[in-house]
Amino acid sequence: MLISLNWLKELVDISGYTTEELSEIITKTGIEVDGISEPEELPQGVVVGNIISCEQHPDADKLSLCQVDTGEETLQIACGAPNVKAGQKVAVAKPGAVLPGNFKIKKTKLRGEESNGMICSLQELGVNEEDVPEAFKDGIFVFPEDTETGEDAVKLLNLDDSVLELDVTPNRADVLSMVGMAYETAAALDRNYTLERPSYEEAKDKADSDVAVKIVDKEANPYYGAFVVQDVEVKESPLWLKNRLMAAGTRPVNNVVDITNYVLLEYGQPLHAFDRDRFNSDMIVTRYAEEGEILETLDGKMRTLSPHHLVITNGEKAHALAGVMGGKESEVHEGTTDLLLEAAYFDPQVVRQSANDHELRSESSVRFEKGLDVNRVAQAGERACELLQKYAGATILKGIAEEDHLSRKETVIRMETSRLNDRLGTKMEVQDVKNVLRRLQFEYEEKKGVFDVQIPSRRFDISIFEDMLEETARIYGYDHIPYTLPEDSGQAGGLTEEQRLKRNVKTFLEGAGLSETITYSLTDEKSAEEMISPELKDEQHGAIRLAMPMSEDHSHLRLSILPELLRTHSYNTARQQQNLAYYELGKVFISREDEHVQQPKEVLRAAGAVSGEWVANPWQQEKKEADFFVVKGIVEEMAGRLGLSFTYVKGEVQGMHPGRTALVICNGKTIGFMGQVHPRYQKTHDLKETYVFDLNMDLLLNLYEREETFVKIPKFPSVSRDIALVVDEKTSAGEIEETILTTGAPLIKQVRVFDVYQGEHLDPGEKSIAFRLLYQNPERTLKDKEVEEAHGAILEAVAEKHDARLRQ
Amino acid sequence: MKERLQELEQEALLKVEQAETIEELKSVRVEYLGKKGPITEVLRGMGKLPKEERPVIGQLANEVRERIADAIEEKQSRLEDEALEEQLKNEDIDVTLPGRPVQVGGPHLLTSIIEEIEDLFIGMGFEIKEGPEVETDYYNFEALNLPKGHPARDMQDTFYITEELLMRTHTSPVQARTMNAKNGKEPVKMICPGKVYRRDNDDATHSHQFTQIEGLLVDENVRMSDLKGVLQEFAAKMFGRERRIRLRPSFFPFTEPSVEMDISCKVCGGEGCSVCKGTGWIEILGAGMVHPNVLEMAGYDSEKYSGFAFGMGPERIAMLKHGIDDIRHFYTNDVRFLKQYHNA
Repeated sequence: MLISLNWLKELVDISGYTTEELSEIITKTGIEVDGISEPEELPQGVVVGNIISCEQHPDADKLSLCQVDTGEETLQIACGAPNVKAGQKVAVAKPGAVLPGNFKIKKTKLRGEESNGMICSLQELGVNEEDVPEAFKDGIFVFPEDTETGEDAVKLLNLDDSVLELDVTPNRADVLSMVGMAYETAAALDRNYTLERPSYEEAKDKADSDVAVKIVDKEANPYYGAFVVQDVEVKESPLWLKNRLMAAGTRPVNNVVDITNYVLLEYGQPLHAFDRDRFNSDMIVTRYAEEGEILETLDGKMRTLSPHHLVITNGEKAHALAGVMGGKESEVHEGTTDLLLEAAYFDPQVVRQSANDHELRSESSVRFEKGLDVNRVAQAGERACELLQKYAGATILKGIAEEDHLSRKETVIRMETSRLNDRLGTKMEVQDVKNVLRRLQFEYEEKKGVFDVQIPSRRFDISIFEDMLEETARIYGYDHIPYTLPEDSGQAGGLTEEQRLKRNVKTFLEGAGLSETITYSLTDEKSAEEMISPELKDEQHGAIRLAMPMSEDHSHLRLSILPELLRTHSYNTARQQQNLAYYELGKVFISREDEHVQQPKEVLRAAGAVSGEWVANPWQQEKKEADFFVVKGIVEEMAGRLGLSFTYVKGEVQGMHPGRTALVICNGKTIGFMGQVHPRYQKTHDLKETYVFDLNMDLLLNLYEREETFVKIPKFPSVSRDIALVVDEKTSAGEIEETILTTGAPLIKQVRVFDVYQGEHLDPGEKSIAFRLLYQNPERTLKDKEVEEAHGAILEAVAEKHDARLRQ
Repeated sequence: MKERLQELEQEALLKVEQAETIEELKSVRVEYLGKKGPITEVLRGMGKLPKEERPVIGQLANEVRERIADAIEEKQSRLEDEALEEQLKNEDIDVTLPGRPVQVGGPHLLTSIIEEIEDLFIGMGFEIKEGPEVETDYYNFEALNLPKGHPARDMQDTFYITEELLMRTHTSPVQARTMNAKNGKEPVKMICPGKVYRRDNDDATHSHQFTQIEGLLVDENVRMSDLKGVLQEFAAKMFGRERRIRLRPSFFPFTEPSVEMDISCKVCGGEGCSVCKGTGWIEILGAGMVHPNVLEMAGYDSEKYSGFAFGMGPERIAMLKHGIDDIRHFYTNDVRFLKQYHNA
């Protein structure tokens, strides 16, 4: 919303404040000033000139030679505008004048003829292209005939105006008008303002004998009033009126349209003028549209209506979409003489529905949607009549034709000074509250600090005590509220166990070399179905789709973090970032049934992806490419951190390499998977060899138990034995390890693989796995004999179970 | 005999001094202090001495022996030091070669900011609460005084899934859920960080996914001045003690009064500059006193209980703190962006 200060200052005294100071005060009391446009460079030395004569330049087709009277002298000026004519009053930049852009006007010669100044277009005077009236877009600006020659053109054109751009919150619809802003400014500055009642001469005939108003649905349309306006002369509006519209960002059209727009800006009440002849009826009926009813709106579009769109009809056909836009057929035109002037109150939701359905958000619809002052509807119509009489020579019939069901119940709010202070933490006196109410111009009765405040209808946003709390606080000043700390019950803040663990897991993963990412939860349909962890696969009912996504790239809720995480890898790989190690802790969304009626189950997961060199930029040591075991090392260590132990079995996951994928199992339950991304996926997504993991954090955090008891550090030495076992190449290290651990219990403390070999020293189809076994007795030093016995038993067991022999 | 011992001592000390290698020194030791050495011999011949001289000579012999041994010891450690120094001279390395790389990751900038804010409020006695990202219309809107058809729903363009299910547009539903869980009886003091979603086109200042942190304190006798005090404490810790705060009126359907908090501009100190658009202030968060309808809907008696709530955007805070110009950086995860903030 744009507020012209030249206009505002005619309503309220704002003297003594700079534009910046005024903005600051208005912002601090309630309405945020989002921007200030002040004339940066005002044109200087531009006056109104009278073109005495205008002839063709002897030596240039497109130039005219004008003799222009500027009040003090007559200047010869060459002008290239197509619309220049003798007898016009125009803006003349005299020699020595300076136009915006530091453009200095000098005496010059054009094609041999003297030119002593410049006849200006509005654009040349610094008016924004979009604010220039259609008639003057391609040429010079022409003042009305009765303009005084020699007057300061800058003042006449209102170029010295400053405009505030307000960001009005939805509750403060009362300030979407100059009148509203005048009340607000008066309260903020503690100055006076009263809205004066319009006055005009009424004809003898009564409006309601001329036209009848009928409302079909009084919920949707509680009030409809029509003024009958006759014998108007449609023409240009006076300059001051055009200036005010332009300052507010509205383009002038003709006096009738401009006056309705002007009153909209002044009162905040939208009005509409129908051409009486073309409306062609003595009856105005407001009703809901019929299914499929067609209305051509002012913008020339054919609108197909439905029964929840309210229309204004002539008893037969629709002539306006109520509160949104008028119809083309009864539009005011040059030959219009008689008007029906509408001043109505439509239900906010009804207008909102129409505006939404037809994507027609107008200055009118916005105001209807946010609410209007019930006591100013008809008065706004009177104001328009006053102006139409003055500037369009109109005859106004007596009174108004109306149907009225509008509730004008008064709101009274009780406000105790002590309660105000309790809620705000202030120490206001009764007199302080009185001052606030005086500034707001709210009437009240007060007894012993208890106020009964009568809320004026213009402040329809105020209905409960808390609203008055806000009014009081903002006018009293938030700066005057002290700083205190809550006297609450003294709760000890802190993280929950789960939150603490999550932070630990993050810290661990970062220490392990992974960088945290945050990717989008919304992904494309295909990605949403990829790489779903097996333990979720069974319970999910497909990815959930948004009803109205912004784009297909973000249309579905993810079932796995990995596809978006891998997108991050593709993005970085494409930007020459080679060695990537990422993780994300985030939720995936598991629908509980096909219709997605219930809230989905949200599962927290930890996923990671690694590609490129794991040990980057090494020197004097071997390069290490990321592989399965790099990722497995991270997963294993993470299990350790949580006091858990994982086992791994080969498994298949869609989107993953079938031979290099393992399911991760904890306490007999699958809790995720890890492995290499399928080479086909890698190729289509421009990924290098990439290894990933994806674990169900909710399950893991449930399995975690805080280890409290101290385990003694062993005092006695351990004994280690290395064995290399030759087995069939299909035999997994894990199976053998399992056998060693069970057979060697309780002396065996640890088994670790330190080498795997396959090659020329072995038969084809065989491999050798070397293990380091650690024996220890926490109670005493081990005897050789005990170790030998245990070791022997282990060798027997692996030979028997896995057909393993010692490699010589 | 006495003279013989003194002579031996002179002789041995001279040889020790002349020895140039550890080997030479070793042979000096064997020669003079060995079992067959001259001093042992002297001691052996002591039987021939008169009884009263024996202890005198014996003592002298031991003293001589000790002095020679000390001299050898001393010389030996000197020779060893010299040898070590010689050896180390040949062991120098190029200290300008790079260290062996250590692979370490780090947190995302938003996580750092969120955890910093969490810790700050934990210090003031707040709990951390979390809630679902797919919400019901009820908790996201209705329980927050935003009935269906309320114009303020336009302020938050929503990703709906069904008519009743949506991607939460703010973390406020966690407040409603937390209050509901307390049955309108116990006080609530919490903050809730999390992801939220709006139906926006992604550009430099909009993201369809972003994060939010909201805070809520409900108790008997909570005052607006308490909100001011808590926010000032937050601003001082987050942005520095020298920054001032101001509250100005605003509107949120779930609070009344509603305010917006600005902090004084860091760049110009409040004078007005391009960063603060000439106002001297930078908008940080929205806040207010919990609307009585919200309290009542959650079962609290709004005559007895009051509360305040506030909400802020970690992206905005991060952008202000670090001068980041495009919100998309947070979700593109360019490794060169992420690594800049691993130490943050």
